[in-house]
Amino acid sequence: MKTLRGIGVSSGYAVGKAIVIKEIERDLNSAVYTTAEEEIKKFQDAVSVYTKNTNELIEQLTKTAGKKNAEILEGHLVMLSDPFMLSQINDSIAGGNTAVKATDSVCNGFYDMFSSVDDEMMKQRASDILDIKNSIIGILCGDKGVAIEDVPKGSILIAKDFTPSMTSRINRENVYAVIAEVGSVTSHSAILARAIDIPAVLSVKDASSLIKDGDLLAIDGSKGKILFEPDQKTVAEYEKMRDRYFEEKKSLTEYFGKPTVTKSGIKKAVYGNIGKPEDAENVLHNGGEGIGLFRTEFLFMDRPSLPSEEEQFEAYSTVAKTMGEKEVIIRTLDIGGDKAVSYLEIPREDNPFLGYRAIRYCLDNPDIFKVQLRALLRAAYFGNIKIMLPLITDLNEVEKAKKLILECEAELENEGALFKKNVPLGVMIETPAAVLIADELAQIADFFSIGTNDLTGYVMAVDRGNGKVSKLYDVQKPAVLKAIEMTIKSAKKAGIPVGMCGEAAADSALIPMLIKWGLDEFSVTPNLILKTRKEICEFD
Amino acid sequence: MVSKETVVIDKMGFHMRPANNFISAMNKYTSDITIDFNGKKINGKSIMNIMAACIKYGSHITITCEGEDEQQMLDEAVKLIESGLE
Repeated sequence: MKTLRGIGVSSGYAVGKAIVIKEIERDLNSAVYTTAEEEIKKFQDAVSVYTKNTNELIEQLTKTAGKKNAEILEGHLVMLSDPFMLSQINDSIAGGNTAVKATDSVCNGFYDMFSSVDDEMMKQRASDILDIKNSIIGILCGDKGVAIEDVPKGSILIAKDFTPSMTSRINRENVYAVIAEVGSVTSHSAILARAIDIPAVLSVKDASSLIKDGDLLAIDGSKGKILFEPDQKTVAEYEKMRDRYFEEKKSLTEYFGKPTVTKSGIKKAVYGNIGKPEDAENVLHNGGEGIGLFRTEFLFMDRPSLPSEEEQFEAYSTVAKTMGEKEVIIRTLDIGGDKAVSYLEIPREDNPFLGYRAIRYCLDNPDIFKVQLRALLRAAYFGNIKIMLPLITDLNEVEKAKKLILECEAELENEGALFKKNVPLGVMIETPAAVLIADELAQIADFFSIGTNDLTGYVMAVDRGNGKVSKLYDVQKPAVLKAIEMTIKSAKKAGIPVGMCGEAAADSALIPMLIKWGLDEFSVTPNLILKTRKEICEFD
Repeated sequence: MVSKETVVIDKMGFHMRPANNFISAMNKYTSDITIDFNGKKINGKSIMNIMAACIKYGSHITITCEGEDEQQMLDEAVKLIESGLE
């Protein structure tokens, strides 16, 4: 079976027949110039048709995908009514260009202007301009366009790119999935596909030439996998997964936007773990009440030198802005000899997990650590950020970090920079040492978060990658459970919030115990947020 | 002609929504408005011009208004920008 791969941006499964949407080739020079008045009128008429169509789409989209998603199209109307753009089109027509040519050249000018700026938002605006241009020229040339709204039930749509006006015409009863050659998790086709809840695979190279009309395809929208002409067995398997996915989703969607409260009325919170700024959207989309762990390592890996303060500020503030009032717990750099970050010059070690890493490395290299802390304090101005220190084993590590933060505050104050003071500073509890001194740590930390993945390994003294001993790596071993219980009790005694950001927070077998001990916040991978909330809400 | 220097404090900078708020307010006036930013002169009534200039949070800009209602226009423009374009 031939397989294509791309980025899975909207999960779910589908089996259906391909319909490839080809771009219409137009000869822009074929239109005949009448008079300037006539050409301007043609353009104005096209704009009114476009405005009417778009308003209808906005109304539809508000119903199917919500008001926020319809705003993209409202933006198109605002852009098209821009006096500066309109006067350029008028000038171009007055200069002897047909309405078609004038639209083409003026829009291309704006497209170049927007796409030359290295900024994700500007790139989106550039694709908005293309969308507007193609729609207006389509109307001027009398094209019907691709009748996306009329495709038969069971279709899988393939295009080079899905513009907002294309995506918003998709009828989810008939379209089972979409595939495009470009796009990422954050592009608006992805956002819309998730909003109307159909599987989508983007960034599939040459999809619209490799896939032919009528091809039978099976799609996995979370893994980004496309199977060509699957056999009967595979079809049955995908259909079964699709049905199961729907059922599960249906039973979970009622927990979206619902508070996380146990049956006896105890309030909890379910957060999401992320590794990249763009994953924050995914947490919101899955009903997360905050971010319990934002790993910052991605900023430092796969590159030749340290990320600048600005670069880090951009990443942290993006997440803070996306989450608004919601809490965002950001973990400071957790890197060691096991991860190849050549420019940090951490030597290879025999025992990297017991070695020179995380807070130990950072405190030894204040020049590097302070850049991150400054970026965090500045980003905190834009949202509800909390800072978390990894691999703490001693009180003085927290004290030293606090001192560095105070230094950063003083520097930023002097520079007149915008930043937030007294950003909550918490400790990640992931070593037996931290558990044993949790009472004392709770006196100087603003919160705890239990990192069960490493805690299990350190408590059980086991390497999970070593097959001979890996069965000892089990969060349900009495010693690990006792460590978790002790940590929660210490936090409660000191009156500070305590969360958990390891896989165990989503473990059905553990959730009842964690609630009983008093865990406040469960931070899990985004696709397990609703399931975790459901289990907490069902607890007596 | 009147003008004033100010700093953009809107957290997103001049993106779609803030830019739209701004031009909607400015188009009520008959005077012309120019934003000086980074050596460029931007038409303050044009959303496309403003967005394409990519004016980010923290940018220093100078606003100049010229026409019959220039002072009122300038006052409102500065007030809008300094209140975060909400």
